[in-house]
Amino acid sequence: MATSTDPSAPPDVSGSGQTPLLEVDDLHVEFRTREGVAQAVNGVSYTVDEGETLAVLGESGSGKSVTAQAIMGIIDSPPGFVTGGSVRFRGRDLLSLPESERKSVRGSSIAMIFQDALSALNPVFPVGWQIAEMFRVHRGMSRSAARKQAIELMDRVHIPAARDRVRDYPHQFSGGMRQRIMIATAIALDPAVLIADEPTTALDVTVQAQIMTLLRELQDDSGMGLILITHDLGVVADVADRIAVMYAGRIVEQASVGDIYAAPAHPYTKGLLESIPRVDLKGHDLSAIHGLPPTLTRIPQGCAFHPRCRYAEDVCRVERPPLHEVAPGRTSACHFSEEVLSGAR
Amino acid sequence: MPADIGPAGQNSGDAAPASPTGQPLLEVRDLAKHFPLTSGAVFRRRAGQVQAVDGVSFDLRKGETLGVVGESGCGKSTLAKLLMRLEEPTRGEVRLNGRNIYDLNGKALRALRRNVQMVFQDPYSSLDPRMTVGDIVGEPFDLHPEVVPKSGRRRRVQELLEVVGLNPEHINRYPHQFSGGQRQRIGIARGLALRPEVIICDEPVSALDVSVQAQVMNLLASLQKEFGLSYIFIAHDLSVVRHISDRVAVMYLGKVVEIGSDEQIYEHPAHPYTQALLSAVPVPDPSVRGRRQQIILAGDPPSPADPPSGCRFRTRCWKATEKCAEEEPALITRPGTDHDAACHYAATREDVVVHHG
Repeated sequence: MATSTDPSAPPDVSGSGQTPLLEVDDLHVEFRTREGVAQAVNGVSYTVDEGETLAVLGESGSGKSVTAQAIMGIIDSPPGFVTGGSVRFRGRDLLSLPESERKSVRGSSIAMIFQDALSALNPVFPVGWQIAEMFRVHRGMSRSAARKQAIELMDRVHIPAARDRVRDYPHQFSGGMRQRIMIATAIALDPAVLIADEPTTALDVTVQAQIMTLLRELQDDSGMGLILITHDLGVVADVADRIAVMYAGRIVEQASVGDIYAAPAHPYTKGLLESIPRVDLKGHDLSAIHGLPPTLTRIPQGCAFHPRCRYAEDVCRVERPPLHEVAPGRTSACHFSEEVLSGAR
Repeated sequence: MPADIGPAGQNSGDAAPASPTGQPLLEVRDLAKHFPLTSGAVFRRRAGQVQAVDGVSFDLRKGETLGVVGESGCGKSTLAKLLMRLEEPTRGEVRLNGRNIYDLNGKALRALRRNVQMVFQDPYSSLDPRMTVGDIVGEPFDLHPEVVPKSGRRRRVQELLEVVGLNPEHINRYPHQFSGGQRQRIGIARGLALRPEVIICDEPVSALDVSVQAQVMNLLASLQKEFGLSYIFIAHDLSVVRHISDRVAVMYLGKVVEIGSDEQIYEHPAHPYTQALLSAVPVPDPSVRGRRQQIILAGDPPSPADPPSGCRFRTRCWKATEKCAEEEPALITRPGTDHDAACHYAATREDVVVHHG
C-alpha cells in the first residue's frame, strides 16, 4: 500500500458507522435529449464530513458538476432527471423532500458557488442587495438589518471599503471581487456544506491564490465541509483532503490526496498525473492519454475507459469493473487496480 | 508533405537558442499600442488612453519558442495582434527578416501575411460552423493562390489534416462534428497551410481538457521540429509555457518586466512580480503543501488606462520605495542577476520555486 505523506489527511471514516455530514449514494442522473439518453451520472457515491475538503476531479462531461447540481436540486428538468440513488444530509434524504423543504435546505444548509460569478450574480441589483436577500428571504430580516449583515459579510470576504461598495453593481467589480461577492452570498446563512464548482477557473493565478486562501480561512472558521469540483490537479494537491476521480459519470478512484499523488490505482488517474508538464520532461513528449472522452449517449461497454487505456485486455471490453477497495480507505474501479497501484502495470 | 519548408529547428532540450547563425527572424523594438478612450455620446472627446502595450522589445530566432506569460489585461493578446499586423502600432517597429512589417503594403504585405500565422484559444468560435473542414483549412489558398495550384488543393488539405493527426477522410465534415481538441488541430492545420515561418499561438491549449492538452502540446512540438517553425506562445499556464518555451517574457500592464531563458525565469526569477506569479501556481504534489513560500499579492492589477507612475507594479509590490514611484525601472541585467528584469531592486529569489516529481 502507498504510504500517505500528508499529515492533514483525515482519519478514514468509511467504516466507522457514524452518519456522515453529506452522503451521496448510488446517484443516477440522465438527460433525455433528441440525440438519445445521456447517462451523465451512473451510480456515484461519496461522503463529506465536517471540516473536510473533498475534491471531485474530472474532465468536461465526467458528471462532476451534474452530481453537484443533483445535490443542490437545481438540475433543469426536463431534460435532466434524477433516476436513482439518494442524497442524505445529516441522515435525511433530500431527494424525497417536497420542493418547499428542499428550498430551505438550499442556501442555509448546503450552498454552492460557480465558476462564472458574472452570470451567477444579477446585473440589475446592487451586490449588497443580493447578499442581503439571503437574510430577507431565509431569515425574514428587515431591509436595514439585512444590509448590515451584508456589509459584515463583505468585510469577512475581504472586500475593501465594504460600506461604500454595498450599493455598487456586479459589473463595477473585478473578477476576483465578484467571486468574493458570490462566496459572501453562499456563506451568508452559515451552511454546513459548501460546493465550489470550478471557483477559480476563470481567474488569474494570483487572484486564484487569494480566493483559495479565503475559502480555506472560511472553512477553518466555520468547520464547513467543502466539495471542490475542479479539473486542476495543482489546486487539488494544494487544498484537498480526499479525492474522487470521475470518468464518464462514474467514480473510478477515490483516496486521500497523498495516496493518489504518490501512487494512483486507476490507469485514468495515472494518465492524468503523467500528462502534467514537469521540469524534468522538458524537451520530451508529454505522456498524453490518447483518444477522447466518450459521448454520454454512447458510453462504451465494459469499462468506459477501455478504448483509451493502455492496459486494457479482453475482460475490460465486456465486464465493467466495480469500485472496490484496493487498500484501506481507498477504492478503484479497474480490473487491474492492484497491479496499477503496485507499479506492476 | 511540405518538404520545401526549410530545415528543422533543433530546440529539444537545448537551453541555447535554436539558431546558431544569431540573426533573429523577428525583431520587436519599443512596440506600443495605445487605444484612445472617448467620452460623450454625440461629441466624442478623447478622455485618455489605454496603454495596452507600451514599449515592448524582444527577438525571436528561427526554430525558437518565446513564451509570453502574464495575467488578463497585461497586453499579451494585443501584442499578438500587433505582430500579425491586425493592429497598427502607436510607435515602435517589428522587423521580420530585417524588414519593418508596418512599412509593408501590397505584395510585400501579402507575403508577410503568409509568413506569420496565428492559432487561437477558442476552437469553438474561431471556426466558421457553416464551412467544412476542407473549406476552413483550404481557405488560405483562396487568398494566396500562388502557394498551391487549384488542382492540388484538396490533396494538400488532406496532407495537412494528416500532419496534425486528423483523419484525411473527414475533409467534408463540419466543425461541430469534432471535439475541442480536434478543432484545435483543425485550427493548427489552417495555420500551417501557407507554410509560415512564425506561428503565434494565443492560449492554444487553455480551453482543452488536461488529457487532450498534452496531445496538442506534443503536436506543436513535433511540428516545430519537422518544419523549423518559430513560435510566440502566449499562455497564462506557467507550467505549459515552461514546457514548450526556449525563452520566456513576463508581462505586466503592457510592459515586459522580465525576460530570459526558461531556466532563468523559472529557477532564478529576479522581478518581484515573476516571483509572486510563480509562487501562486499550485504545485501538483501534495507533499510540498505548506513547505513552499507563497506570496499572496494584495488587490488586483491597476487599470491600464491609468497606470501608476514609475514602476507599474509598485502598487502591489512589497519592495516598493519612493524611487519606484518616481523613476521607471529599465529592463536591464542588474548586478547579482543573470538576465533582464525591470526592477530597481531586482534580486534572484529561489524559495518561490518548488519542484515536484
